[in-house]
Amino acid sequence: MSELLQFLFSGVTVGAVYALVALGFTIIYNASDVVNFAQGEFVMLGGMITWFAHAAGLPLPLAALSAIVVTAALGVAMNKLMIEPARGAPVVSLIIITIGASIFIQGGTQLIFDKQIHSFPAFSGDAPIRVGGATILPQSLWVIGGALVVFLGLWVFFTRTLLGRAVLATSNNRLAAQLVGINTNFVMTLSFALSAGIGALAGVLATPITLVAYNVGIGFALKGFAGAMLGGMGNPKGALVGGFAIGLIEAMTAGYLSSQYKDAAAFIVILAVLFFLPHGLFGRKSTDRV
Amino acid sequence: MMKISPKTATLLVLTALVAITPFFFPSGYYYRVGALIFVNGLAVTGIVILTGYAGQISLGHAGFAGIGGYACALAPVHWGIHPALAVVLGAAISAGLAYLVGRPILRLKGYYLGVATLGFGILVSMVLNNERDLTRGPDGIEVPELGLRAVLKDWGLNLSNGEFWYYFCGLFLIVGAWIALNLHSSPAGRALRALHGSEVAARTVGIDVPRMKLQAFVISAVYASVSGSLLALQNKFITPDVAGFMHSIEMVTMAVLGGVGSVLGAIFGAGILTLLPQVLTVFAEYEQMVLGLVMVLVMIFLREGLLPSILRRLRGRGE
Repeated sequence: MSELLQFLFSGVTVGAVYALVALGFTIIYNASDVVNFAQGEFVMLGGMITWFAHAAGLPLPLAALSAIVVTAALGVAMNKLMIEPARGAPVVSLIIITIGASIFIQGGTQLIFDKQIHSFPAFSGDAPIRVGGATILPQSLWVIGGALVVFLGLWVFFTRTLLGRAVLATSNNRLAAQLVGINTNFVMTLSFALSAGIGALAGVLATPITLVAYNVGIGFALKGFAGAMLGGMGNPKGALVGGFAIGLIEAMTAGYLSSQYKDAAAFIVILAVLFFLPHGLFGRKSTDRV
Repeated sequence: MMKISPKTATLLVLTALVAITPFFFPSGYYYRVGALIFVNGLAVTGIVILTGYAGQISLGHAGFAGIGGYACALAPVHWGIHPALAVVLGAAISAGLAYLVGRPILRLKGYYLGVATLGFGILVSMVLNNERDLTRGPDGIEVPELGLRAVLKDWGLNLSNGEFWYYFCGLFLIVGAWIALNLHSSPAGRALRALHGSEVAARTVGIDVPRMKLQAFVISAVYASVSGSLLALQNKFITPDVAGFMHSIEMVTMAVLGGVGSVLGAIFGAGILTLLPQVLTVFAEYEQMVLGLVMVLVMIFLREGLLPSILRRLRGRGE
């Protein structure tokens, strides 16, 4: 029983990181119909910049904040320089653009920083908390709490604020949104900033547990993408559920079946889900336009 | 003047390139680079059939290359099959697997198809990485000698190792391109291009859309598999990286970068992306940044891909 609880804890912790990445995917997808494979690089940048700023003498909270701000700015730059000029390009081209961006960011990171593995101290110490025979790190609580707070924040933003509704309107119909006076360019900028910032936050929260290096982004991107697709692309609730589900499946597979195949389990579940629900768990059904 | 069809023109250009470029090689090393371009070009020709003709995305085609490669490494050792037959066996396994997997996942569209194929590729690469008793894991495994070069030598055709693989892979590429070009103008190819335009419209004129998509998927899987086999036999060594996510992305990028709508364009893309790292080794530090930047810029400014854009510009100037 305590064993199950232990796996549950570790699953929820990684799941929270995946959920944050998946939420990042969702925000950009809603605003622009682009699946941004560079999402994982935002997570990496969050960790790397925080490590760098902290090592340079900045206090940890300030270092984390600067990492989030810088990454958000990079997200905006990416939108302006790479995504907006490619408006209307086919899906394959957009996939290649965002993967190209991701390779570019990786190359830049190893050039500016280095190729080593880094970390920084956990926010509330490393003493494990004992719960019912299992243990959980205080940092895990930070990660899980972070994912929930971000989700709630987004929910309030999208349903209760005018700006959030403007984003939703843009995702539903860009032209119609423009016609009622919504500045859709600003909405795009905002979405990329928000998404990159959330990605960086995930990196900041997770790095004390998972460590960071210039090449960790792609793993996060694949899992976050998988989580978002499992939940149904474009649905924030789906992203949250999908992300946590992928984390839990991984942890349970690693615990009870085989740690080598933990990544496989998540994808087998996705194949199975998509077989029965081609638009994910919470996805809307799309119709073909002739 | 005699009019030549685009098909004949493509094949002539390809054959001429394969035959003539060696005269300009400053050293034997270039045979190896050429052979690599041909191997990649073969895989990419399969992507043209799947993505260029039929409009379907695969982010997991390297999985088939892995199957083809490991078939050549394992079948001769474990079952005593000749390496040449192992290529056929690998292609058959890939085709069978593509048939089984393709059925359910080709119902998906766009990004959903992307994630499903991605999952398939990752599963293959994981099996290759983890089943150490069979594949010896991430460190890779030796691949037996094909032995054809020795046969040719007996017949009086003495080629160096580099030369042999250059011409051998070149031959495969020309045959592969010939098949793909024939498919393009055949009823099946027309059906694929029709469903690319609109599946609903294709259905209304009586095209069996799921079956045609499955065919394209299986054919392109065979291309990837044979390319993986050739790579393994040529290097006499193979690692699970051949089935990795980055290799899948590389295939799609080569095809789209060069121009996924045409066989020659895609092969051109394979050439550029194979050569780029060789050129960039001088600036090893910037290699990744340049590669990423090239991918982004070509997709933004030359949307149909490099070759079609270049050709159009040339034609525009001629008029």
